[in-house]
Amino acid sequence: MSVEIAEDRMAELTGDPDSGQLLEISMGPHHPSTHGVFRMNVTLEGERVVRLKPVFGYLHRNHEKIAENASYLAAIPYTDRLDYLCSMTNNWGYALAVEKLVGIAVPERAEYIRVIVAELTRLQNHASLIGFLLQDMGASGTPLMYAFREREKILDLFESLTGSRMMCNYMRFGGVRVDTTPEWLEEVQALVSRFPQFLDEFEKLLTENEILMSRTQGVGILPRELAINAGVTGPMLRASGVNYDIRKVDGYGIYDRFTFRVPLGEHGDVYDRYMMRALEMHESLKILEQALREITAGPVIDPKTRLRGLRPKAGEAYGRIESPKGELGFYLISNGTTEPYRYRVRPPSLINLTVLEDMCLGRSVADIVVILGSIDIVLGEVDR
Amino acid sequence: MLGKGILKGLVETARNFFGSYAEKERLTTVQFPEERLVQPEAARVFPFLLYDTDDAEKGLRCVACKICEVECPPKCITIEKSTEKKPDYAGNYAGKPQFYPAKFSIDVSVCMSCQICVEVCPFDAIKMDTAFELSTDDRFGGLLWEKDRLTKSNEYYHLIHPTEAAEVDAQLAGKKAKAEAKPAAAAATTGAAAAR
Amino acid sequence: MTAQTISAEQVKAAIEAAVPGCRVEILQNGSPSAQHSLVLDHKHATEIARFLRDDVELRLDYCSNVTGVDWLDTEVSEKVKTKKLVDGVETEVEEVKKTTVPGRLEAVYHLFSMEKKHGPVIVLLRTGNRTDDVRVPSLTPVWRSAEFQEREVFDLYGIVFEGHPDLRRILMWDEFADHPMRKDYVPPADDDEPLHAATGERER
Repeated sequence: MSVEIAEDRMAELTGDPDSGQLLEISMGPHHPSTHGVFRMNVTLEGERVVRLKPVFGYLHRNHEKIAENASYLAAIPYTDRLDYLCSMTNNWGYALAVEKLVGIAVPERAEYIRVIVAELTRLQNHASLIGFLLQDMGASGTPLMYAFREREKILDLFESLTGSRMMCNYMRFGGVRVDTTPEWLEEVQALVSRFPQFLDEFEKLLTENEILMSRTQGVGILPRELAINAGVTGPMLRASGVNYDIRKVDGYGIYDRFTFRVPLGEHGDVYDRYMMRALEMHESLKILEQALREITAGPVIDPKTRLRGLRPKAGEAYGRIESPKGELGFYLISNGTTEPYRYRVRPPSLINLTVLEDMCLGRSVADIVVILGSIDIVLGEVDR
Repeated sequence: MLGKGILKGLVETARNFFGSYAEKERLTTVQFPEERLVQPEAARVFPFLLYDTDDAEKGLRCVACKICEVECPPKCITIEKSTEKKPDYAGNYAGKPQFYPAKFSIDVSVCMSCQICVEVCPFDAIKMDTAFELSTDDRFGGLLWEKDRLTKSNEYYHLIHPTEAAEVDAQLAGKKAKAEAKPAAAAATTGAAAAR
Repeated sequence: MTAQTISAEQVKAAIEAAVPGCRVEILQNGSPSAQHSLVLDHKHATEIARFLRDDVELRLDYCSNVTGVDWLDTEVSEKVKTKKLVDGVETEVEEVKKTTVPGRLEAVYHLFSMEKKHGPVIVLLRTGNRTDDVRVPSLTPVWRSAEFQEREVFDLYGIVFEGHPDLRRILMWDEFADHPMRKDYVPPADDDEPLHAATGERER
């Protein structure tokens, strides 16, 4: 077991890749498998990958600078656009960081609503990720459409609650924007009771499929030590067998009240990463069941909470949550004005890409597509 | 047996294919634009300005306080405050004359439909519209909406967001009643003092 | 809210015992989060980082977040009473003395432990100034997760990480000259609108 992984890598990088018959190709930025505008400079020896350099920045809009020139409230709609599949968890991560910076308490009902919408987000993110992954493998259409059919039901719930399917702009520091109606909660309950059927069908369709297994098992293996050292988080880390889920570790919000398991993988390959998502959806449903049962009445935000013109005392705070893609962190420094002096997003998608080259070395081009698909990136978050 | 997993999967796709004839759950496609889904009440697209009564100029609720202009995250709102005040036509401001926006424009090519402006408005003067088919062939003028395009009546607001509009109306009525009670009470006390 | 936290004082004591001759300074944080940071000296930074990662008690094996912060030059003015000869008489005169505190760039690392499940421990590396002395040692050899993030700090803040295996721009293109996250960065005029060839004015 080597902990000197990073040191080894430096020797690797100084090696000469220009020996022998090498072919350099540029995958992306407009490649159907790159989930947006992402580019990889791949060096091939025959069909084998000998070097892979990701190129970022095609969607860079300096999100952090925008937020540093906006009030604390005005930054919330911008966080929606980071990982645009999971605006609810992005809102939560930011709200949590501001709550830590200022010391705002969140009413209990708001905490329950946050858990409900965050777990719904996780469901739809994981479902569509599996769809995308299968799409990348060449299963064109069917699994993705089944996943999107279910995702759309969740997005309809988000729309009826917040007014927008994807850019929810729902959470506020100190709570959430609007209260749910009893009918809305009933609809969530109905969705939660129907969802296991979809999961079963989905797994029957995929899990034992021989083609899926041969394309994913033993592909893109990420060793445990490397995963930790490279700061990989989320389902990808747990697929490598590391028991680290921020919902358990930090117990932020009210996650310490719920009983759920953290699924762990054994091999750290693409198949394990697929299974992590499938299993985590079951756990999310468990959390949703409990949250819907236990939700209390009460306000969703303290009316005295200062949203407009918030001026935190000088200081800093780092708040992090378990977003569907990994650890989403927000680092804020206040200098006592209405705008954050420093606003930093720790994007899980970008940092999970650190190990892309390590997983692809020695594999074929077709495997790159599958490995990249299993990381689960959203370019809005990678490039910010 | 090799191929068992694939066969299992094929059974699932068959179930979904034939099931789509029987169950609504499995056939979710809507043939837009012939078929349309009902928009939820909370739906939001771009903001509009509310006016009471039947006159868009006189009954405009906006007092040009510029809070939304300052708070708008992408800074798509531009307001020019009037030089003189206009009378309180709809009776929302206790009869006091108010300033009004001489110019109010929203660049909808910049607007990101976040509804922060609605949240910060203390006068319930700006709300979110639900109209979404808004394409135009003029990308400069056609996407810079001026006051004439932005103003919508309270009836329209009731049409698109009935629950929310009813709440807002109740709140405004409460404020109005309070404002009316004040001078009446003051008059009553002065009257009583004079009688004494 | 973190289940287990370790105090900055505790970490400082552990570092000082393990790495002789190092300078570690605690930076207090005034916010309710009470996440205090440790400022490391450049000479021992890599050694300290390796100790933090490998120490059985601390085991900060996971470097979560790496970022830069830009502190501008600030002018501090204070009133100083001095004795002066005014028209041959010695009188006390109050003078406003202005001193410029030089700005600096900071690289901030948020460390957690996946094994022990504690954190965060925040360590800082400071540059000498904002212009020519902007080198700090890279911690990528210790934590691979810093690889892309240090590149980003280099790109957006201009901190040069010595010992980084592949220090290139990451989000901006290679030909870009400035560092856009710096506080005094001035964006170019709307450069997406081309200048008119004959008049030199912006055309629409």
